[in-house]
Amino acid sequence: MSFSPEFERKVGDIIREYPNREAILLPLLYMIQSERGFLSKEDELYAAEKAGVSPAWIRGVVTFYTMFQGKEIGKYLIQVCTTLSCFLRGSDSILEHIKQRLGIDVGGTTPDKKFTLVTVECLGSCGTAPVMQINDDYYEDLDIEKVDEILNSLP
Amino acid sequence: MELILTKNIHKLNSESIDVYLSGGGYRSHEKALKTMTPDQVIEEVKKSGIRGRGGAGFPMGGKWGFVPKDDSRPHYMVCNADESEPGTFKDRIIIEKDPHLLIEGIIIGSYAIRAHLAFIYIRGEYVHGYNILKKAIAETYDKGFLGKNILGTGFNLDLILHRGAGAYICGEETALMDSIEGKRGNPRLKPPFPAQIGIFKNPTNINNVETLANVPAIIEKGGEWYSKIGRANNTGTKLYCLSGHIKRPGVYELPLGIPLRELIYNHGGGMLQDDRKLKAVIPGGSSVPVLTADQVDVLMDFDSLQAAGSMLGSAGIIVMDDSVCMVKATHRITKFYAHESCGQCTPCREGTGWMEKLLRRMEAGRGENGDTELLYDVAQNILGNTICPLGDAAAMPVMSFVEKFREEFEFHISNKRCMV
Repeated sequence: MSFSPEFERKVGDIIREYPNREAILLPLLYMIQSERGFLSKEDELYAAEKAGVSPAWIRGVVTFYTMFQGKEIGKYLIQVCTTLSCFLRGSDSILEHIKQRLGIDVGGTTPDKKFTLVTVECLGSCGTAPVMQINDDYYEDLDIEKVDEILNSLP
Repeated sequence: MELILTKNIHKLNSESIDVYLSGGGYRSHEKALKTMTPDQVIEEVKKSGIRGRGGAGFPMGGKWGFVPKDDSRPHYMVCNADESEPGTFKDRIIIEKDPHLLIEGIIIGSYAIRAHLAFIYIRGEYVHGYNILKKAIAETYDKGFLGKNILGTGFNLDLILHRGAGAYICGEETALMDSIEGKRGNPRLKPPFPAQIGIFKNPTNINNVETLANVPAIIEKGGEWYSKIGRANNTGTKLYCLSGHIKRPGVYELPLGIPLRELIYNHGGGMLQDDRKLKAVIPGGSSVPVLTADQVDVLMDFDSLQAAGSMLGSAGIIVMDDSVCMVKATHRITKFYAHESCGQCTPCREGTGWMEKLLRRMEAGRGENGDTELLYDVAQNILGNTICPLGDAAAMPVMSFVEKFREEFEFHISNKRCMV
């Protein structure tokens, strides 16, 4: 499990940018995750060595933050917001529809590894609720038809 | 009314530095750096009377003044862009539509508190906002407004964009500091306050996005000009976020102290469905006590809402019509806080989960006699007994929903179904 010289160079850049070695941890974990898709045990050990902290420290950090994935996920990570403002605008039926359509429960991944479905706590898009995030993009003002259109359009 | 925070957002490519400059941008940082001392900048901000827009409403000039002046340690300026309070989506507009307004505010603030390194801590989910800010910061360096010897004044400032990774608690300033340091976001006991011992054990000042975005206007037009907007002790404009059962949800910039009724009916267009009646409003994000329909004449500012038994918080106004079951609404809110508790303090860790279970049980028609009292009792035992305000944020809405809509909880328990 190694990284390209280009990757190592970028790690060096962050180490120089931050006033403290441990502080590179979050940006470093993001970099590894975007390279690998998720964080394996080996990746955690690599991050521990680079940031100069113990493997237990890394474990604590990775499990604390919801955006770090400890296992392989689908090509598209669907995050449906179900917090109050989205709930008031019908997020329950959106979530139910996606579950049925994909045949998976919250936390599940489709057998073809295309979709992983999770719920998320407030995406800060309450004025255009209900909303979901798929990978890096927000989809707002959702209804069932719109959700179908979006899911159909994903290659 | 003159717009301060949203004056640029409808311009084409409003996020680019050229558009910002053509609208008179970056003149205030020039004015501050070239013609004012750091103390004069702090004085001007004090004169404006502006109170922090992150939720607590602490006077901004006072906060800047706490950072020690004669101190050989490095000072840090941190912008809290971890917006994640349910009902709140105001900072995102500034981040995505007018990032340079924020960056200019950060430069002036850093100069005032004598910081040479600043951070923007942006929530992880705001990927789009992260990319926009990253580009905006690069543009600012290119123009020489960040980096070494800014505008030839000898002032140096670097700005790091730091991405959170999905944890509501990191919006709390001491948890945010731990998160920047590469740790789990566990809040710290105060004192010591960040102004004395902040990130990397050095003096640190933390302000919300909206707060810092006011700074260029305060420096340009003066603190006195700013202090005339809004009401006494509640000066300036505010970004109000309207969501829920309302015709025109969105972010509205209006002076502090306008009546909630005006916001809901004039600006927000009233109830989403004409045949529905207003039932309840949360005025300041999901962590503040709920108001009933007959309280909507309250003025939307820090002091008036406190007097009405609630809080302005982040001004995340969540409107609920009479189709909403209050038990379910309380459950939704509590689920959020149970999920987001960092787990450090026992009352919050155990209490939020306990409240969530009780509410889930009531919702499922398995509520038992005495559950309403138990729920209230658990909330009361979280309140004020934790290191950070997340415990209070979880307890206050529950207590207020029970106090104001007790009959719905009781009905749920006796009839195993909603009252509505």
